Amino acid sequence: MSLKTFSRGGVHPPEHKLSAGSKIIELPPPEVAVIPVSQHLGAPAKVLVNRGDQVKVGQLIAESSGFVSTNIHSSVSGKVLKVDQFMDSSGYRKMAVQIQVEGDQWIETIDRSDDLVRNSVLPAEDIRKKILEAGIVGLGGATFPSHVKLMVPQGKTAECLIINGVECEPYLTADHALMMERTEELFSGIQLLMKGLGVEKAIVGIENNKPDAIERMKDITKGSNVSVQGLKVKYPQGGEKQLVKAILKREVPSGGLPIDVGVVVFNVGTAHAVYEAVMKNRPLIDRVVTVTGKGLEKPSNFLVRVGTPVSSLIEKTGGLPEQTAKVINGGPMMGKALSTLDVPVVKGSSGILLVDENEARRKEVKPCIRCTKCVTVCPMGLEPYLLMTLSEKSLFERMEPEKVMDCIECGSCSYTCPCSRPLLDYIRLGKAEVGKIMRARKAV
Amino acid sequence: MNKFIVSPSPHAYTDESVPKLMYGVIISLLPALAVSVYFFGIGMIIVSSVSVASCILFEYLIQRYMMKVKPTHLDGSALLTGLLLAFCLPANIPFWIVMIGALAAVGIGKMTFGGLGNNIFNPALVGRVFLFISFPVAMTAWPEPGQWMHYTDAVTGATPLGLMKEGLANRTVGEIMPEVPSFLHLLVGKSMGSAGEVSALALLLGMFYMMYRKIISWHIPLTILATVAIFTGILWLANPDRFADPLFHLLTGGLMLGAIYMATDYVTSPMTSKGMIIYGVGIGIVTVLIRVFGAYPEGVQFAILIFNGFTPLINKFVKPKRFGKEVKHG
Amino acid sequence: MSQIIIYTIITLVAIGATAAIILYFVAQKFKVYEDPRIDEVEEALPAANCGGCGFPGCRNFAETLVKSESWDDLFCPVGGNETMSNVAGILGREAIEQAPTVAVVRCNGTPEFRPRVTQYDGAPTCAIAHSLYSGEGGCPFGCLGLADCVVVCDFDAIHMDPDTDLPVVIDDKCTACGACVEACPRDIIELRKKNKKDRKIFVSCINEEKGAVAKKNCSVACIGCSKCFKVCKYDAITMENNKAFIDSEKCVLCRKCVLECPTSAILELNFPPPRKKEPVEASETETN
Repeated sequence: MSLKTFSRGGVHPPEHKLSAGSKIIELPPPEVAVIPVSQHLGAPAKVLVNRGDQVKVGQLIAESSGFVSTNIHSSVSGKVLKVDQFMDSSGYRKMAVQIQVEGDQWIETIDRSDDLVRNSVLPAEDIRKKILEAGIVGLGGATFPSHVKLMVPQGKTAECLIINGVECEPYLTADHALMMERTEELFSGIQLLMKGLGVEKAIVGIENNKPDAIERMKDITKGSNVSVQGLKVKYPQGGEKQLVKAILKREVPSGGLPIDVGVVVFNVGTAHAVYEAVMKNRPLIDRVVTVTGKGLEKPSNFLVRVGTPVSSLIEKTGGLPEQTAKVINGGPMMGKALSTLDVPVVKGSSGILLVDENEARRKEVKPCIRCTKCVTVCPMGLEPYLLMTLSEKSLFERMEPEKVMDCIECGSCSYTCPCSRPLLDYIRLGKAEVGKIMRARKAV
Repeated sequence: MNKFIVSPSPHAYTDESVPKLMYGVIISLLPALAVSVYFFGIGMIIVSSVSVASCILFEYLIQRYMMKVKPTHLDGSALLTGLLLAFCLPANIPFWIVMIGALAAVGIGKMTFGGLGNNIFNPALVGRVFLFISFPVAMTAWPEPGQWMHYTDAVTGATPLGLMKEGLANRTVGEIMPEVPSFLHLLVGKSMGSAGEVSALALLLGMFYMMYRKIISWHIPLTILATVAIFTGILWLANPDRFADPLFHLLTGGLMLGAIYMATDYVTSPMTSKGMIIYGVGIGIVTVLIRVFGAYPEGVQFAILIFNGFTPLINKFVKPKRFGKEVKHG
Repeated sequence: MSQIIIYTIITLVAIGATAAIILYFVAQKFKVYEDPRIDEVEEALPAANCGGCGFPGCRNFAETLVKSESWDDLFCPVGGNETMSNVAGILGREAIEQAPTVAVVRCNGTPEFRPRVTQYDGAPTCAIAHSLYSGEGGCPFGCLGLADCVVVCDFDAIHMDPDTDLPVVIDDKCTACGACVEACPRDIIELRKKNKKDRKIFVSCINEEKGAVAKKNCSVACIGCSKCFKVCKYDAITMENNKAFIDSEKCVLCRKCVLECPTSAILELNFPPPRKKEPVEASETETN
């Protein structure tokens, strides 16, 4: 088997896949769940329930408020305590529904049996409709509503579906566990996506550090038009554009989407959720979350209901280790540091990483020695050192021709800088400012 | 509850740091240093220790008392500048000249621009050229190798490149070549020249170490060497009596030291691989032009300084290949 | 010998004369007419080039002043009325008077009132911290303490107080150019009317959260209780988005609201100490 990878840039952070090989443990619902209505990219969903309402698991509690938006379902059963602003992972307050959990009653339409249902007879349109109704978003972390990706815009054709099983972020193993334990369901989900999209070919990309998953997926997809491609380990291979480049050697144009080169990319978690939604009528109410960190006794993968507070999740996995100084929602490269544990697990939470005091702090920032390492590792062919300088000096107009908007915020530049310069911090600021300039220009 | 630390992503960092990179370069210089001490003995020991000590001292004094910032004299960059300066001086040069060179290197070459990262020209080369212009006699009296216990009183002679330049005035290459050390001697370093630049082999060893450690990329050193080889090769093929062969040019003078250590200086070389290749080709061509047609026997240091000056321009116009500009279907 | 000197002098004079003639014609040919009043006006401006007027520099502002028909939106905050009347004198026009203003920082979230619950470890600018999270103090409206306003000030009129972690405006140096107002990602800094002896009364909080939530983060937050609104006889106070705002144009500095505020969110500055010291009681009433 020949391994592929993307050609430009990339880094090799230590993998630390501490929880690799651990079984997915299903957690019971929390006592109180807080379900934000904006767990996806796009417009927040519109709340349908009021204080005091009784809800069941799987019941729609907030509905999609536009094309780029999704439905939100209750992940628990019980009484709505409050519909109010609650702290999200950034410490800002956003609209959410707080539910006091009482029992675990599911709505009747959901098939909760473990039986595998194969061979859907549903037409493509119904598959897309079910995905839309189930509130499925990209579970890799970007949380882009999946039904939008399935609507191929006019004038473009989808030729190939790529399933992202790369999981290039260090520490995280949620997708790995899913591929090992829900292989059949995943395969069925991939076929549903192919049908929904109308493509004849699907490729599952898996990095070489998960040989068992590659083996497993190969076994199950044998003889079908789904193939498995092993990939050399390199961060950020899980980035859509990098993955398309690695597997098909096609470059998504600047400012474009994979569909511009005839490809649609879904994460393995998303494919699994699609299976659950279409075959079992089960909306997206839970997900696999890796709880990991060097201070934890047993880092593992958990099946967690959306809305479970991170504090209670950590509680159930053995409690917060004393020396924890940083809690990251996601992986160490692109995850978000939490300011408090009082925030819920959402659809996009792929992991909770607990970082010890001795690794939590950045190193002292030194002047740039122009070592070119950031330019070498940038997978998008940008010049991070230059972008940072421009951003520091507020020369935002000059950042646009330097293609700052192409930055995928993978963090390879900041990771690799020997002077510990906060390159990505400033580039992100520049992106926001250039975005403002571009929107203002469009408005005129 | 603990006070959590909050920062933007990424939350993981490489182990690489400026001191680590600098000490990596210094480690790669050790074989060349050893060869130099073997051939030039006590002189090299004095020159290199004075050079390193004064670079570190001047950096400390300037930062502490003139710039009033936290001194960074121990981050390895001053040590490296000192070592490189010593490498491009004759091993019999009086120590006070070395100190003046160190002051020029650190003071003029580095600190006037604001310290590490801001200088336009390679500090060690600035020091060398400063001394070359100020003390031309002391800077062109090269000790013969093998005089272990002699320092300023060592017997001196001309470098192979000097012999070639002198000789070509009235003789052909073929007549001069017997006076030049054999290629084997040039390779190991048994010839006259600046203390650290004589042994091509030791310097190449250092280059491979730095490439292995990913401290430098292949672009700059290899393009310089290849350009010099090709350019002198063309001249040699055109007229072997007037022009020395490429191997002679590759192994003599400061070319190896310049291509591997001076031109690859992070701060003063271009940021993109395309830019590095332009820079390398330029240095190679100018070096050969000075050596073959210019007044000086050696031109690497001038070529590098000239292209140090071009670096900002190269950075401005040569951009890396962006992702996603062209779309290939396949 | 003398011949050489003579030739040299003749040559040099000839070159000089030729160049002078060419230059004269070129200058004539490419002469650009510029209103001489622009120079005069520019002379009268403070030459701070701070951009407080909304133009890139004093020269541009001077050009606009000379050319523009209406002066409604044109004002030099640095020079103030004096400069504007000087300029008006040069151009023979009527100056539009504006009340002098000064920058006021509307957050009082010192570590004492608003304990720091996290540590920020990113690039030290407010803009980046603001886009990342709510800040060390946990208040999504409060000052982040990373001094973007200090960096941007051309007049050294604002500095960070290490004890309070908040920026402090030096009224005498502040020219009300508005650079700090622009720089603050949370719009905490406001330009308010300058009063006699730099006296000020203002609500030092812009938190729009519900009272209980705001109070949880910061003991001196405005909780939107409307007590000040009710006590003000001059209609200077408005309540909007769960917070009070005192209009500096209408406020007569009577200080009634200061005593009324249950969380001491309303600050009075540069007043003589009260004759009878009444400790302001905090957290008496909470609105839930």
